[in-house]
Amino acid sequence: MASSGRPERQAPPELFYNETEARKYTSNSRMIEIQQKLSERAMELLALPEDTSCYILDIGCGSGLSGECLTDNDHVWVGMDISPHMLDIAREREVEGDIILGDMGDGMPFRPGSFDGVISISALQWLCNADKAFHKPAKRLYTFFSTLYGVLSRGARAVFQFYPENSSQIEMITQQAMKAGFTGGLVVDYPNSTKAKKMFLCLFAGGAHQQLPTGLGTDTVPQESSGASFSAFREKRKRGDRKPLKNSREWILQKKERRRKQGREVPVDTKYTGRKRKARF
Amino acid sequence: MKLLTHNILTSNIIKGVTRGFPLKIKSSRLEVKEVDFNPDFILRILPKLDWSALRQAATEVGYGNGLPEELPSSLEGDDSLQKTIHNILLQVEIVEGELECPETGRKFPIQNGIPNMLLNEDEVS
Repeated sequence: MASSGRPERQAPPELFYNETEARKYTSNSRMIEIQQKLSERAMELLALPEDTSCYILDIGCGSGLSGECLTDNDHVWVGMDISPHMLDIAREREVEGDIILGDMGDGMPFRPGSFDGVISISALQWLCNADKAFHKPAKRLYTFFSTLYGVLSRGARAVFQFYPENSSQIEMITQQAMKAGFTGGLVVDYPNSTKAKKMFLCLFAGGAHQQLPTGLGTDTVPQESSGASFSAFREKRKRGDRKPLKNSREWILQKKERRRKQGREVPVDTKYTGRKRKARF
Repeated sequence: MKLLTHNILTSNIIKGVTRGFPLKIKSSRLEVKEVDFNPDFILRILPKLDWSALRQAATEVGYGNGLPEELPSSLEGDDSLQKTIHNILLQVEIVEGELECPETGRKFPIQNGIPNMLLNEDEVS
């Protein structure tokens, strides 16, 4: 996503991804790298059986960057996108998968049980917008998820990386997905970082009960979410809770821990951490 | 568009269409592209395919020769048939043409190998 703000606010996807914007996905190495990393992580969450070629649907395939990741893993894929310019770029790059021009909000035009998995990179948030007068986001989301459930084989996964604008969008999306029969939920990578934080909606289409994967950078086990206890008492700050003195060893350790949670590269803690250097340096 | 995609594509997203399969093909330009032969994938995907629809589609574009009327129960070891199926499913591509919904007659154009499945406002269910 460009730093110039949210593209969903500027124009509908079929107009926003015009020739110049589509061209960026072949020339801008930073955008390509981000897309590749996201696709690799999504593949990991998809957890397909190893050494078997699967048939995958890529929703919002764009210029086929995520599809290349699938091809590298010997999977055969079909891509769908609403922007004809992005698909022209995909044709130009001679991607292996087959591509279809279509609107995910209209529903998935496939036979039941066709796909072994679904991957989607940075596309789902577009469905939250009403770009035409007759668009109703919740209804379009429901049409999308219910038809998607049908085209998946039982027990298959669908992984969506997306950029929700606020928590009510997340709620609307997950609500419609659950209504359509999916199980699963949200996986958040690096939740403590504003920059590295990435959201993945990981859905399961029936089958045996599956464990939701955990996000990266969340090494501490999250506290019991259902049992948050409230009390009327205001907790007083104890003396020991005070922030450690600046530049002290504790202060450095705390800061390193915080940055580690943000997913940044941090040197390991040793006995030398926070020690003064000798005068001869 | 490859014939594998045609074999799973339907028009049942149109309001009032229940099955929408198989879509009729009218092709004005075909291409045959080289794709790596992957016997594992062919064996995995075969049970999911609608064989009679594939046969009909292959005949419509002129590649129907060598396809048996009924799919043999096991293809393991039958290399030549596997290769024929691989060729029809993945190598033959419709570059320019049209798909037609069997129930409503709605036409979906194929340009530059990309089928246009976008619906109008009044067709969305």
